[in-house]
Amino acid sequence: MSKEPVAVVGVGQTKHVAARRDVSIAGLVREAARRALDDAELSWADIDAVVIGKAPDFFEGVMMPELYLADALGAVGKPMLRVHTAGSVGGSTALVAANLVAARVHGTVLTLAFEKQSESNAMWGLSLPIPFQQPLLAGAGGFFAPHVRAYMRRTGAPDTVGSLVAYKDRRNALKNPYAHLHEHDITLEKVQASPMLWDPIRYSETCPSSDGACAMVLTDRAGAARAPRPPAWMHGGAMRSEPTLFAGKDAVSPQAGKDCAADVYRQAGIADPRRDIDAVEMYVPFSWYEPMWLENLGFADEGEGWKLTEAGVTELDGDLPVNMSGGVLSTNPIGASGMIRFAEAALQVRGLAGEHQVEGARRVLGHAYGGGSQFFSMWLVGSQPPAS
Amino acid sequence: MPQVLKAPLAVEFPFTRSLGPVQSAFLTGLRERVLLGVKTVDGRVLVPPVEYDPVTADEIRDLVEVAGTGTVTTWAWNHEPRRGQPLDTPFAWVLVRLDGADTALLHALDVPGPDAVRTGMRVRVRWAEERTGAITDIACFEPYDGEPEQPAGHSGEFEDAITGIVAAARLDYTYSPGRAQSAYIHALSDRRMVGERCPSCRKVYVPPRGACPTCGVATSEQVEVGPRGTVTTFCIVNIKAKNLDIEVPYVYAHIALDGADLALHARIGGIPYDQVRMGLRVEPVWTDGSRFPDHYRPTGEVDAEYDTYKELL
Ligand SMILES: [Zn+2]
Repeated sequence: MSKEPVAVVGVGQTKHVAARRDVSIAGLVREAARRALDDAELSWADIDAVVIGKAPDFFEGVMMPELYLADALGAVGKPMLRVHTAGSVGGSTALVAANLVAARVHGTVLTLAFEKQSESNAMWGLSLPIPFQQPLLAGAGGFFAPHVRAYMRRTGAPDTVGSLVAYKDRRNALKNPYAHLHEHDITLEKVQASPMLWDPIRYSETCPSSDGACAMVLTDRAGAARAPRPPAWMHGGAMRSEPTLFAGKDAVSPQAGKDCAADVYRQAGIADPRRDIDAVEMYVPFSWYEPMWLENLGFADEGEGWKLTEAGVTELDGDLPVNMSGGVLSTNPIGASGMIRFAEAALQVRGLAGEHQVEGARRVLGHAYGGGSQFFSMWLVGSQPPAS
Repeated sequence: MPQVLKAPLAVEFPFTRSLGPVQSAFLTGLRERVLLGVKTVDGRVLVPPVEYDPVTADEIRDLVEVAGTGTVTTWAWNHEPRRGQPLDTPFAWVLVRLDGADTALLHALDVPGPDAVRTGMRVRVRWAEERTGAITDIACFEPYDGEPEQPAGHSGEFEDAITGIVAAARLDYTYSPGRAQSAYIHALSDRRMVGERCPSCRKVYVPPRGACPTCGVATSEQVEVGPRGTVTTFCIVNIKAKNLDIEVPYVYAHIALDGADLALHARIGGIPYDQVRMGLRVEPVWTDGSRFPDHYRPTGEVDAEYDTYKELL
């Protein structure tokens, strides 16, 4: 028996900011969930199950969000699941929800991811004082910066490419009312004059710390037929993982990322991603990850990703727009960041992305990764139902 | 076999919480000796209050004052109070349905022994002397045989309401790094770096993990590696990390020790930070009283060719 086609009929997010002191975590997730229901013109009673994801527990000290948030998300008396996969969790949470619909376990599922970074300290959560171990000598940027240098060495990319990504994403964010950073006076010169934190990564090439939530309503064919606005259809979705550190790991272009993308493309019938996909919303917490993921995801040959960025191909009006929303570089509630990528992909193919809409976007990839490039989750959504 | 190490690990952090309108009123009320519940769509009063109706999922904001007296609905005896619990002498955990409420609140009941507790008994709030807007503003409950108190009908609006709290969390673990890492740490005290080779893929892991992460098989063959190695990649750290007494800028590098198949991470010294390069040959610098090398410094050898370490990036 074939799978049930899965449609995204509701998308909601909060205005992402540095600190939402006016709401509890329950109030924050509620806001995103309510907006997703409003978009779908559904009520709590129309939801059959809730699938929630968040950052690792030590990141914000909430151990059982599924328990604490059941009433805020209308989940009382319904199945409620929680998904864990570090920074990719927003993506894998959406995929678990989508699989429940595809398997015809549930007709309509609410999925949501969140984080209030202002109430905790993610860096502390990453650097627990484990006995007998050497303390971490650098922050999260220090973990990723050597991989960026390795990419530059491997490809010969000029050292200006990272600043081009940051300049583009911050300008895209100006068109997205939900983005955290709205740097109205951004210039390329300002990005390039920003201090080096973890050389080769500049301050302006790192993501902010945000409070925010993102929710989606996923439904089956019958639910899509009732939807008031155009749905986004899932054409493929996959998750892959590998250890954070192992002999033979390619930290620049992890095998799990390549395998995950290949699985999604096979499901979606994508022969040539560069030709067949109209736009990509990918998880880029440090600017250089754009050219790195362009290669990892098959949009460019190995060593060629930076050339797409440098040539302006990934600009909003380019041939392959990347991070139309402003990306993780402009908004980063870690637990929600993956789902924001997936939701942006859905908004684009629904034609509802507003000022950062890519004209005629018919097939868009949403991508998330997490841990030390350990978890990958991706989906490809389209404006038309998948060919059955 | 060397002894497997163990040490306490306390994971402790002062998380903060924004309260939102309902919890803000509830906790501010406790500070003012006012007990507040919230009315659901079907008219029940929930104490402690929640923001969303558990039946209809509606947002609920209708605050109702309830009494400081109530009835125990169930209980359990706590023989040995632990740090941070409401009382330091044995007490009963009780669920108390306050007069005017439809749900019960969890708290402590101060009684001499389990024979003094029963379901259905009447109790009253004992307020803490100093109140800050926290559940501990209720010191505990105590037995009570008087008339039910009459709430004054407080609106739930307060001057100077509390909007956030610090919710300190602490978890105490006994941490053991296990057999393989214990052996590695013992060898470090002789300033030797000893890893383990996977019997299947033959890769050498330093520090060893006791199992190969890709083959999923146990490792036991010990292999001494280094002490020299090659900088495979690095970054220059320009911002001071908290709790780290290292002058910036400094170089944080991935170093593949000779004979190891995975780079470890360490600081480079003994060379200006802007002269560190990929392929630089380095060796550990040990200091007395420290388990790990303090940093690595150049050996003076010619740089390693890129092809010799590119697979380790
Ligand atoms: Zn192996």
